[in-house]
Amino acid sequence: MNKHVIVIGGGVAGLEVAGQLSNMGIEVSLIEKEPKTGGHLNKWYKLFPDRRNSSEVQSYLARIVHNNRIKLLTNTTIEKFKKGRGHFYVTTNNGEVLNADAVIVATGFDLFKSARKEEYGYGIYDNVITSADLEEKFQKGDIILKNGAVPETIGIIHCVGSRDEKVGNFYCSKLCCVTAVKQAIEIREFLPDSKVFCFYMDMRMGGAFYEELYREAQEKWGVSFIRGKVSEASETIDNKLTIKVEDTLAGRPLKMKLDMLVLMAGMEMSEGGVRVAGIGGLKTGENRFFAAVDNHTGSNRSNIEGIFYAGTCTAPMNITETISHARAAVVEVIDYLKDGK
Amino acid sequence: MQFDPFIIPFNIGLYFILIYIVVRCVIWFLDLSRPDKLRLQRGFFGIAFTQSLKEIFMESLIHRKILKTNLRLGYMHMSLAFGWFLLILFGTIEADIFGAKHLNAPYKAIFFKFFNPEHGRSGFEAVYGFIMDLILAFILSGLLLAVTKRVYSKIVGMKKTTKLKLTDKIALTSLWLIFPSRLLAESFTSGAYGTGSFLTGTLGTWLATFLPAREMAYPFWWLYSTALGTFFILLPISRYMHIPTELFLIFMRNSGIRTGDKAGTYTEVQTYSCSSCGICIDTCQLNYSAGITNIQSAYLMKGIRNSYDISEIADNCLMCGRCDQKCPVGIELSPIRMIQRRGSEAGTDIRNIFKGYLRSRQNAITETIPVSSNYKFLREQDSEKTDVLYFAGCMTHLTPGIKNSMVKILDASGMKFRFMDEEGGVCCGRPLMLAGHDREARELINYNSQMIWKSGAHTLVTSCPICYKVFKESYYLDVEVLHHTQFIRRLIADGYVKMNFLRKRVVYHSPCELGRGSGIYDEPREVLNHVSRLEKTSFEDAESLCCGGSLANMKISSRDRLKISADAAKELTRRNPDILATACPLCKKSFAAATQTRVADISEIVAEALNVGHSKKVNDSRSIILKEIANI
Amino acid sequence: MASNKNKFGFDISLGRQINYDANNRNIAEYLFDKEPSMRRCIECGGCSATCTTAGFTTFSLRELMILIKRGETDEVYMNLKKCMLCGKCTLVCPRGVNTRNIIVLAKKAFQKSDEYAI
Repeated sequence: MNKHVIVIGGGVAGLEVAGQLSNMGIEVSLIEKEPKTGGHLNKWYKLFPDRRNSSEVQSYLARIVHNNRIKLLTNTTIEKFKKGRGHFYVTTNNGEVLNADAVIVATGFDLFKSARKEEYGYGIYDNVITSADLEEKFQKGDIILKNGAVPETIGIIHCVGSRDEKVGNFYCSKLCCVTAVKQAIEIREFLPDSKVFCFYMDMRMGGAFYEELYREAQEKWGVSFIRGKVSEASETIDNKLTIKVEDTLAGRPLKMKLDMLVLMAGMEMSEGGVRVAGIGGLKTGENRFFAAVDNHTGSNRSNIEGIFYAGTCTAPMNITETISHARAAVVEVIDYLKDGK
Repeated sequence: MQFDPFIIPFNIGLYFILIYIVVRCVIWFLDLSRPDKLRLQRGFFGIAFTQSLKEIFMESLIHRKILKTNLRLGYMHMSLAFGWFLLILFGTIEADIFGAKHLNAPYKAIFFKFFNPEHGRSGFEAVYGFIMDLILAFILSGLLLAVTKRVYSKIVGMKKTTKLKLTDKIALTSLWLIFPSRLLAESFTSGAYGTGSFLTGTLGTWLATFLPAREMAYPFWWLYSTALGTFFILLPISRYMHIPTELFLIFMRNSGIRTGDKAGTYTEVQTYSCSSCGICIDTCQLNYSAGITNIQSAYLMKGIRNSYDISEIADNCLMCGRCDQKCPVGIELSPIRMIQRRGSEAGTDIRNIFKGYLRSRQNAITETIPVSSNYKFLREQDSEKTDVLYFAGCMTHLTPGIKNSMVKILDASGMKFRFMDEEGGVCCGRPLMLAGHDREARELINYNSQMIWKSGAHTLVTSCPICYKVFKESYYLDVEVLHHTQFIRRLIADGYVKMNFLRKRVVYHSPCELGRGSGIYDEPREVLNHVSRLEKTSFEDAESLCCGGSLANMKISSRDRLKISADAAKELTRRNPDILATACPLCKKSFAAATQTRVADISEIVAEALNVGHSKKVNDSRSIILKEIANI
Repeated sequence: MASNKNKFGFDISLGRQINYDANNRNIAEYLFDKEPSMRRCIECGGCSATCTTAGFTTFSLRELMILIKRGETDEVYMNLKKCMLCGKCTLVCPRGVNTRNIIVLAKKAFQKSDEYAI
């Protein structure tokens, strides 16, 4: 098939789509705004549920780019978009005009900007970090406080920017619970003398082997789980953090001093995605993610024929789901290129 | 021929309304508190009287304020009010000069043409007739606008027109009929006798060409009289009661009477002075952002007048005070709403139409019943001595950015300060007051007052405008109460802290409770001007918007709040400033959820601009502050 | 416990059990009707955690709301009165429950039902 497809976004979904299409002999241009492909995964240390090293998946994706003749455009964003008689004309920020038969949007997600939940003090207090910051610390191998000390008690707050009407996100990001459990275990692994507390509204362990990981965290690693939404954090004179929460199961307010607070930032439609939606006239849903035409049988199809979605630009997904969704997008594109014209 | 039965409806109506108004005024006066009675008496013989006459002319007749906000709507009100006034004035003079004798009964002036059909032939009479026609034309042009407004309200530039009840509709119809029926009656008479000026004469001559003018005139004179009579009789139970009432309102206000916190004559006079012009509806953010269209002040006034159950209306309001600012009649809308919240007992609709002529139950003076304490759990606490006491406020505990910045600034100033609520204190009481629970609020106020007295502080600084307002207005304190923007401005002016200049473009959102609520506009702006590039928005000072987060609204959903916040934030950030600055934790939180622009409290911007190396450290802050007080 | 007495006057002690069938949930129904956002509560306890009053005494809005929903209202009114209406709970609630309105309405409803009882 002598066809050309543009893939927007070089994260897990974009790379998988590009690789599979290229494998089938389709010419692929991959547009990535960052200097490097790989997306959020590059910053992640280990993956749930089996805690394998994220570098394994990263190298799988890198191989795709390496082995196939994909035209890779890094540091590139889209400025203009035009559709004309089955053809798409995409102008990049470098002034290049790409001409394609189909477009796949794989713009992914952004992590919720935790500073927006000011009551948790991210960016204000020294030792309030996000899940992404913690992964970075894992990669470096030193879980230390701002003053260089080793934290002894660490609190993890679930649902930061998810299921929260006050920041405009009604939905569940669905990965934060299991990420919290994974990170709690890892903290305990790095700092065997530490105590870890997870503050949750509901434990949503719906994926394969998630519940098992939860059990392991309780049983083997002694992680404590307290059911209640933390309302606010404050800093004490001795540079510790105090949190206010109701232990809803005990039915009493609970106050606790912590050395470090980790915020499980939720997933939001990426800023890049919002831009692409605006430029391309693509529909978004109430959750601001791209809205597919059919939630069950057409979750890859957009409101514009010839433009498809792959991965977390449509909803929060884990890596397994992202790769499956990306492969499904490939099937849709092939179908379209075969008889869509 | 100086009498005809058709004048009977008019005469009944006129004498009824005159007697009604006199009786009503006497009752109003008797119900006034003693000080207010004295004020009124003093006002009657003082400068207030001339002031009132001037204001009555400018506002009740010319409608200057409505003209300023909305030219076409103003013209409509002016042509009807001022035009009618001129018509009566000139009509009376006409009857006096040209009538059979001087000092005529009112009906002779009103129906002058009927009794003097031959009038208007001589030169002077014709000129006078021309003036009368001109006035009638002036009124009719306004009437045309009014009719069109009902049919299509956008023509006069209004988004919403007020909804009417049945008596209002009948009154409105009779009002509308008055002038066209006068036009036709006069025209037919003129046509029959060959008199009349450019309007009635021309129309009359033309009508007489194909109609029996003399026979046609009589029914229209009946219609004219009936319309007037009906209008006068329905006046007290329709919104047009505002026409006579507004005169008293102006006089009472100029005599120094204010709403206060209890119902009574003044609130009643105010509720009846509302003309339902609808300017409060246009200015209300609940209306144009959230699509809530039934709670605006005009509806509240109507609800009170008619003894409707208005608790939902009274509670569903942000109390931003924008309508108070815009009300052309100058009704103290928010204080009246507060009174309704306090007396939250639900009323019943007036089913019996005659009750409309009596006082509505919401305007009756209520008494408070003593109840036992709700906050016995608050134990007396000892308080460490300090110079400056800082009350962050409940909401500020959810915006640690503000709290930390204040600590940074206070530290840099070298003042001896202490938190009043570091671990979370007792609420200031204003939220309870806003819900109408004054008695409960008083308990919290007493508790906090104790704490403040014991601290020995000379200055109380707070970061929350809600707390500021209640400290300032409802606490009896011997300390100086400052909002942190005022405090910071002093620190800068007196050299306690030195500032760097931030190369940031900033717009300032004035919080309702601080700006319109407490009249503090200058200090925040001066501070921002000192440390950043402050730019203007279209919503400065009294025009400022509400952030949507107001605690005063008990009913609004969080989604509707977000709509208001988003609209307001969009307006304020139109020119893409670097920072949307405000001076209230609640405003900050509301905007932070609604815009991508950085939202910061003034204290945070100041803390960022703080030149820590250069602040003058002094231990005795008291002397300087006292000097400041002496300067005031 | 609203009513553990059956019609023969026997006192059957059921301990802490909520007698759902016997309990009267009128106030809950009234509140659901007047402030539907009360139905959205997921018992996260954010309101109780941030609560100003809870800093001084036992007071948990979350608990009081669930007790109203279950019809276990014996001590609710007495406790509701402790609220200072400061509004932090409204600001914190992730489900946008209009907590202040619920408190004011509930107090009114209890007041009314007290009056009727007398």
